[in-house]
Amino acid sequence: MRVSFALGLALTLAALAAALLSLVWTPYDTATLAIAEKLRPPSDAHWLGTDHFGRDIASLLMAGAKTSIAVALVAVGIGIGAGVPLGLLAAATRGSLADEVVMRGNDLVFAFPSLVIAILITAVFGPSATNAIIAIGIFNIPVFARVTRGGALSLWTLDFIRAAEVAGKGRVRISIEHILPNVLNLLIVQGTIQFSLGILAEAGLSYVGLGAQPPTPSWGRMLAEAQTMVTLAPHVAIFPGLAIVLTVLGLNLLGDGLRDHLDPRSRRAA
Amino acid sequence: MLRYLLGRLVSLALSLVAASLVIFAVIEIVPGDPASYMLGLNASADTVAALRHRLGLNEALPLRYLHWIAGMATGDFGQSYTYKVPVADLVAQRLAVSLPLALYALLMAVLIAFPAGLLAAARRGRSADAAVMGATQIGIALPNFWFAMLLVLAFALHWQLFPAGGFPGWGDPLAGIRALTLPAVALALPQAAILARVLRSALIETLGQDYIRTARAKGLTVGQTMLRHALRNAMIPVLTIMGMQFSFLLAGAIIIENVFNLPGLGRLIFQAITQRDLIVVESVVMILVFAVILMTFLVDLAYAAIDPRLRKRA
Repeated sequence: MRVSFALGLALTLAALAAALLSLVWTPYDTATLAIAEKLRPPSDAHWLGTDHFGRDIASLLMAGAKTSIAVALVAVGIGIGAGVPLGLLAAATRGSLADEVVMRGNDLVFAFPSLVIAILITAVFGPSATNAIIAIGIFNIPVFARVTRGGALSLWTLDFIRAAEVAGKGRVRISIEHILPNVLNLLIVQGTIQFSLGILAEAGLSYVGLGAQPPTPSWGRMLAEAQTMVTLAPHVAIFPGLAIVLTVLGLNLLGDGLRDHLDPRSRRAA
Repeated sequence: MLRYLLGRLVSLALSLVAASLVIFAVIEIVPGDPASYMLGLNASADTVAALRHRLGLNEALPLRYLHWIAGMATGDFGQSYTYKVPVADLVAQRLAVSLPLALYALLMAVLIAFPAGLLAAARRGRSADAAVMGATQIGIALPNFWFAMLLVLAFALHWQLFPAGGFPGWGDPLAGIRALTLPAVALALPQAAILARVLRSALIETLGQDYIRTARAKGLTVGQTMLRHALRNAMIPVLTIMGMQFSFLLAGAIIIENVFNLPGLGRLIFQAITQRDLIVVESVVMILVFAVILMTFLVDLAYAAIDPRLRKRA
């Protein structure tokens, strides 16, 4: 499993590096059109070829990585920011009305696949990268709430938590000082998984036009634009897809590796 | 069992009410007035007033919600603003494509995932296991719409075995199934990868139990033990995932329908969004969410059927 972890780390770092580098430098400008150069296959000048506007695909992929990663990262942030406190609250007040409300609220959000949330938001506010973030973020909230609650519930039965209670610490303080650090491992692993799902979701939403709008570069929209030209110039459709697959694969392998590393129980089970 | 069933039914009803309230509220917070939103900027005040009247927008909010719900319960979803036909008819036509597609994909996912998961669990730690697990990692990372484009490139344009898009209707069932085959494969493969992984780890978990050793000790072969004892006990997590996957398949179908130009719910909802036909958006979203909630309910019932212990706990 060591090899797959290293591969995951390398792929993830490569995607991150491409996104960060695109902030200061891309091989070609992604906003300049060069129609004379359109749909060129991969060459020395354009390693991955050019698109229907003559833009360098490698440069577009780098800039698209920035969009994908930013959307998925903020969506994970929303999920953690709202879901973790809710999960801690539900576990600390197990069986109470608050717990019930949090859990049923979670069930309710699960009934709306993120694409459906996105459709609702877009129908009302119009499509944008921000709305894609909100849609994916809302879907992440119950995921993190559930993971936090599950991890926290088993901790609340342990002796060291009882000891803290006896010492006079309140439930809020115990949740923050003792429960949270101990569910952190679970959150890191889940965060990696939701991050990769976020990248897939962003690509899907942008592909159907509900995500990032032109001129924001986006892997999903590159694929949507490539669709009509797929017979003429297959490379236009193949490279953005490969970028998505490799990034998501990298994050998933990284997440699996982290879980094996952080959770000794799964090392035996897997 | 009856008490369990009643409990689940009450929770099904509550979920539906909660979901419908959310959808209704979201459509209600459309900036400004839904009628003027639907008609666009250039509509005259008279037209807006007429549409407001037709949509019943002059009624009180709770009353409108009740009308909407009562209408849906009786199969009256209102009238589409752009198509001028009952939404129920539109939805019924589109469901005739989307539902078979989702079921076809689910069937395909099961047909791929079960042999793969069983093989990986039986050959745990050996090369067959590693090959299956590696393949599933790639399957999970595949965006289904991109995979769909690759399928079209290979099987529709290069080898011309299947149509690249469109749907001929169910007049000729065989042609219908052919048109849905590539979309179903595209939808099914990523889900099959997830399902195979879940099945494998559930099987490995049960294979470590004492009753498996007992079954082997009384002379059953590995295959018999696997199918009769391990698989049945591994079904609980597998069913959970399958229930969740059905909703992913329905929602995912929205995207795949766009790749293949299939006249399903997905295309209907996108057309409705661009034409600002909120009644259609509202109803189709409600139907999708209804399907998800109903599926969760059915999965709960299936649990109880498989594991009698769960009936008592509820």
